[in-house]
Amino acid sequence: MVDLSTTYLGLTLKNPLVVSPSPLCEKIDNIRRMEDAGASAVVLPSLFEEQISLESHHLDRYLSHGTESFAESLTYFPDMVDYNLGPDGYLEHIRRAKFVVDIPIIGSLNGSSTGGWISYAKKIEEAGADALELNTYYIPTDPELTGAQVEQMYLDLVRDVKASVSIPVAVKLGHSFSAFANLARRLDQAGANGLVLFNRFYQPDFDLENLEVVHTLTLSSSYELLLRLHWIAILYGHIRADLAVTGGVHTALDVLKTMIVGARVAMMTSALLQHGIGHLSTVRSELLGWMEQHEYESIRQMQGSMSHRSVPDPAAFERGNYMKVLSSYVLKT
Amino acid sequence: MTRRKVTIDGNEAAALVAYQVNEVIAIYPITPSSAMGEWADQWAAERRPNIWGTVPTVVEMQSEGGAAGALHGALQAGSLATTFTASQGLLLMIPNMYKIAGELTSAVFHVAARSLAAQALSIFGDHSDVMAARATGYALLASNSVQEAMDFALIAQAATLESRVPFLHFFDGFRTSHEVAKVERLAPDDLRAMIDEDLVRAHRARALSPDRPFIRGTAQNPDLYFQAREASNPYYLACPTIVQNAMDTFARLVGRQYHLFDYVGPPDAERVIVLMGSGAEATQETVEHLMTRGEKVGVVKVRLYRPFPVEHFIAALPATIKGIAVLDRTKEPGSAGEPLYLDVVTAVSEAMASGSPPFRSFPRIIGGRYGLSSKEFTPAMIKAIFDEMAKKRPKNHFTAGIHDDVTHTSLDYDPAFSTEDPDTVRAIFYGLGADGTVGANKNSIKIIGEETGNYAQGYFVYDSKKSGSTTISHLRFGPRPIHSTYLVNRATFVACHQFSFLERFNVLQAAEPGATFLLNSPYGSDEVWDHLPRTVQEQIVGKKLRFFVIDGYRVARETGMGARINTVMQTCFFAISGVLPRDEAIAAIKHAIEKTYGKRGEAVVQKNFAAVDSTLANLYEVQAPSQVTSTFDLRPPVPAESPEFVQKVIAKMITGEGDLLPVSALPVDGTYPSGTAQWEKRNIALEIPVWDEDLCIQCGKCVLVCPHSVIRANVYSPALLAEAPATFKSAPARWREFKDLRYTLQVAPEDCTGCALCVEVCPAKSKSEVRHKAINMMPQPPIRDQEAENWKFFLELPEVDRQALSLNQVKDVQLLPPLFEFSGACAGCGETPYITLVSQLFGDRAIVANATGCSSIYGGSMPTTPWAINHDGRGPAWSNSLFEDNAEFGLGMRLALDKQMQYARELVSRLSGIIGDELAGAIFLADQSTDSGVRAQRERVKLLKERLRGLKTPEARDLLSLADALVRKSVWIIGGDGWAYDIGFGGLDHVLASGRNVNILVLDTEVYSNTGGQMSKATPRGAVAKFAASGKPTPKKDLALMVMTYGTVYVARVAMGGNDSQTIKAFREAEAYKGPSLIIAYSHCIAHGYDMRYGMDQQKAAVLSGHWPLLRYNPDLVKEGKQPLQLDSKAPSLPLKKYAYNEMRYTMLAHSDPTGAKELLELAQGDVLARWRFYEHLAAMPVGGTEKKEEPHG
Repeated sequence: MVDLSTTYLGLTLKNPLVVSPSPLCEKIDNIRRMEDAGASAVVLPSLFEEQISLESHHLDRYLSHGTESFAESLTYFPDMVDYNLGPDGYLEHIRRAKFVVDIPIIGSLNGSSTGGWISYAKKIEEAGADALELNTYYIPTDPELTGAQVEQMYLDLVRDVKASVSIPVAVKLGHSFSAFANLARRLDQAGANGLVLFNRFYQPDFDLENLEVVHTLTLSSSYELLLRLHWIAILYGHIRADLAVTGGVHTALDVLKTMIVGARVAMMTSALLQHGIGHLSTVRSELLGWMEQHEYESIRQMQGSMSHRSVPDPAAFERGNYMKVLSSYVLKT
Repeated sequence: MTRRKVTIDGNEAAALVAYQVNEVIAIYPITPSSAMGEWADQWAAERRPNIWGTVPTVVEMQSEGGAAGALHGALQAGSLATTFTASQGLLLMIPNMYKIAGELTSAVFHVAARSLAAQALSIFGDHSDVMAARATGYALLASNSVQEAMDFALIAQAATLESRVPFLHFFDGFRTSHEVAKVERLAPDDLRAMIDEDLVRAHRARALSPDRPFIRGTAQNPDLYFQAREASNPYYLACPTIVQNAMDTFARLVGRQYHLFDYVGPPDAERVIVLMGSGAEATQETVEHLMTRGEKVGVVKVRLYRPFPVEHFIAALPATIKGIAVLDRTKEPGSAGEPLYLDVVTAVSEAMASGSPPFRSFPRIIGGRYGLSSKEFTPAMIKAIFDEMAKKRPKNHFTAGIHDDVTHTSLDYDPAFSTEDPDTVRAIFYGLGADGTVGANKNSIKIIGEETGNYAQGYFVYDSKKSGSTTISHLRFGPRPIHSTYLVNRATFVACHQFSFLERFNVLQAAEPGATFLLNSPYGSDEVWDHLPRTVQEQIVGKKLRFFVIDGYRVARETGMGARINTVMQTCFFAISGVLPRDEAIAAIKHAIEKTYGKRGEAVVQKNFAAVDSTLANLYEVQAPSQVTSTFDLRPPVPAESPEFVQKVIAKMITGEGDLLPVSALPVDGTYPSGTAQWEKRNIALEIPVWDEDLCIQCGKCVLVCPHSVIRANVYSPALLAEAPATFKSAPARWREFKDLRYTLQVAPEDCTGCALCVEVCPAKSKSEVRHKAINMMPQPPIRDQEAENWKFFLELPEVDRQALSLNQVKDVQLLPPLFEFSGACAGCGETPYITLVSQLFGDRAIVANATGCSSIYGGSMPTTPWAINHDGRGPAWSNSLFEDNAEFGLGMRLALDKQMQYARELVSRLSGIIGDELAGAIFLADQSTDSGVRAQRERVKLLKERLRGLKTPEARDLLSLADALVRKSVWIIGGDGWAYDIGFGGLDHVLASGRNVNILVLDTEVYSNTGGQMSKATPRGAVAKFAASGKPTPKKDLALMVMTYGTVYVARVAMGGNDSQTIKAFREAEAYKGPSLIIAYSHCIAHGYDMRYGMDQQKAAVLSGHWPLLRYNPDLVKEGKQPLQLDSKAPSLPLKKYAYNEMRYTMLAHSDPTGAKELLELAQGDVLARWRFYEHLAAMPVGGTEKKEEPHG
């Protein structure tokens, strides 16, 4: 029997299929179904500190708006006992998820202040999460902000959070860094237990008729996987932190590719949104089938087998490869 | 037992007890009592139990009449039941009150006493309402203060159970109901000790029950009724003693001793004032002050007014008494005297006529009126009454507090007389509603009341505008009990939170010498002096004021507070006033912030903390020069060119000096000139829209949606531009018909509220920078004067010829002058654009019946009103009758107009020989279905009048007086959903069934907006409203569908933001329909918890989601063999959540009860889809009744 188990963030997982955050994870029943379909862990949607603050300000604004202005209507809304603002709902979700499934539950956090990151991280740990993913979804639009400052911000963040919690901590990153390998190493040194590559940044579209910016959400495709595979392959063996792929994992073959370049887990979202939670079991059985067919004994056996340091021609991952591809493209046309 | 000290208002004080000692509470919102019902509803939602451990059932009814009926039923079925009401609400309860009393039923009604609508509506306090109920058989018990409102609520409950006489417990609306004061909170054990369980069980035992059946409520004949009416006498005779016993028990328990009549004064007083309500407190303060001067004056506070216990009253008066002044806070026109006066005269007369007269001589009794509609009642006025009593021939039936120069009833008084305690801190704060001043002050009172040993009092005055409203807070704190039930007029601290007020009001008028003045100023301590008007400088110098400034808006902005300067200014107050040591004060403010805002989330708490921390570093004392240097002064309240009435009367109201207007200045019958809002230049917008003539496509959408009619468009001859101001803008008119003319879109800079609805609806964007539109918000101050000049020029341009316009188009409608302008409605109001549209399309022939509510308040509140007049002197004639009767009121107008037209036509027929057959015939046969038809008829009537003038026959004179009735009039019945769906529904239904030609416009905000957001039957499922804190569980009533079933009523459902052309079409069709019409108009509202700047987007979302399907049902189409129902919007294409969750009325439930919210949203989504399918089905039905068959495919 092929051994699909892997380890991630110090957790032993029954296979490398981890569900990454999506609205599907907001329902406890879905998390149960994910476990049944073969997921080895679930990363919950991020607790957004900014969202919590925004909701607070929003509520405050509209509860205050127009009040104490006119003698007949000094207020417009009843005063509720509790508005459940803050992380309570999220934390309760972790507790309930932990209660109904046996697989690890990984909390995810997007903070907007040092105090927020730390305090919410502690709360997520207290709620019973097996690990924490720091979702550094951040777009540095300020022209005054340098790359070095941004990187330092991330390093400080990891150190601060690691000093505050005892559960493993992974960092989910975007790929827009000038020296990503160096950043990865420094994050590793700062104590990150895992790096999750890469965050997908939602990009606005433009409506030409109405001259409006349109918010779009497109699901990932397997094509997006290539960038992730590239970087996992480069980093594998150079850092201690576990590597995870998120974005573009749709099929069993995609999962296999993530493994051979060195990832510990492959995270799926878009495929589940497209095909349903049951897709996990399809992928799992196809994974098994492929491995059996190709006579692999275990996932661990293949992990990193085609990483930068394990392939006969590492130049394939480097600039030389670019020249090669480019010239071959010209030849083809 | 130790009891908690709490700082609350009178409404909460009364409701606290009423809630705990009752089982069923039937409520309906009405100012100023609404808060009692809201508290009860909130506590029930929080599952707070009463003293028997069960949560009372709180039910909102469709009217006060309904509440009283439900209450009567609950009482008859054996529950302890109560209600809260005021004013017209109490009047609607009177029929049931007779029944409840006649059946000797234990119950207490708690009333925040308020004026009755007479020559005008007033929401403020007096005893007109309770006096109207004095014959019902209810006991009337008066509370004079916030503490008493709580205490007497309990005493009344105890007494009603024992006496079986129902009680009306009342206190003064606003002065007590809204005064915030530090009081001792009664504990549940106090309540239990006062409520006799045996009496509760006896009440239940008297209930109707099929287990021991009897009947109650029979019909009696002459042989019986009279004796049966007398049969209850023993209960009324016993009642006063029972009340006194309850007061004595209460005293033993709590320590506060009350009597049926409480006398304050020396035992040998010679002059005594008798009164009840909050005025008794100020009178006590005055008496105690005068006693220190050795004056022999006293006051009798009447507690139990009905049953009037004559013996107790006589016993309360000193035997030395020589004169009595009886003060009534009501007016009974034509009476021999007001009610309390008559009772006192009777009591004293009977006592003196008895065998043993209690007084050495027959005291001289005079009666007077005071304090109507919360008119100030001050120690100066009270002293004047005592002085009057000392005269040889004192004035009887006098008035106190006004200047009556017509019938000379008023007493003169010396406003300089004051009884203020020198140890009391007295503070006045001028603020804007939007800046949070009142909230901050309520917080300050709580801090001082609950953190120090001081007594504390707060009272708040609001103006009558819903946008840019001014608030004045009056706070007192001191070591001794505060009886000052009047505004602070000797202030030791004055804060002005808005710099612009310095130009509008004399804010330092009430400052005492040596007082402290805190100013929110954009200018620092070294430059502010030169920006102060002369009046302000004079008082700072003359009164030697300490003067502090802070740039509160900058601090608020920098700490994330936006425009809410409440926390900043509150911190300043504590820092300067010294009420608490500074560090303690800061800690207390932060503690209060946590308590107030903690529920709203940590981020909100932290930004307030940041504001506190930043404040002190930005607060500076100004070293004022010793000389007045300013070269400018307060701005005139109205322009010099305004009419005389505006200058002499309205201007006084605008500057807050309305109290000084004498009786002769005011109309005798409540009739006021139209169109006065144009003279009140409020300048409340920080930013106003500015037109980019090059980008504009002249679509007119901005004009259509402007809630305050401050954006206007016109086309005119280019030659007229010769006289235009230099900055006046114009562009070639983009009309085929007007291609040689110029077009201008002009904004009224001083009337705009800055809502930006216009900017959001503008479709024209710059091709090089899309955020720049054809209309953009810009700071107002730099362009105010220039645009004011342009506005003036614009108004002088000739009106466009209506005949040349196609009035089904928004583009053309923009050119019609609005006859509803500059109202006091909220900035961004969703209702007023519809009203403006009525005024544009039909204003010159419209007569409007307006239900009480938002639209009557912004449409008819003093000092200035928005219904206006056109160049010909015509315009909408407007009136408000009541809340519940508006449809009937409008129908009455129609009946009168129809009758007048009919009679006039008869006269035309009879007088055709004199008038001329040709003219008579033309008048008779005139087609007035179009604007031009109406105009032609006006010309004929003009000619008719010329021919009749000078004729002396009665018929000719009659026809002359009725000739205008020959021109078609358009009757508009306007009101909100509270009226149309709830309280006025019966009348609305009847009027719609009458077949008469009236147009009913329902401005549907889906909530009682004017009274603060209570649920109506128009409230959608899942929305939170007051009385629906858990989200409304049932769907919105489909009024349109119900009315369509008549088949004879034109019905339209419109949403201007959803489809403006459909709106215009519906209004025109409704008006043209020769029968009743109903238009239900989606009106976004401040009570939805939505940024009203985007109101039109939300209307669109309402339509797309199917929450608000647009439709028109035109019975005339049936005659053409067509289906009368036309759906004007498409099938729902937006999930309901995408519409609903833009608004806090829905999202707050998602926060407070996520599961419940989700369930309700799913149900509501189901409602939407089911309704749409039903509509589609109806619209597909051919007129014959058989369904349209689908064409077979392929």
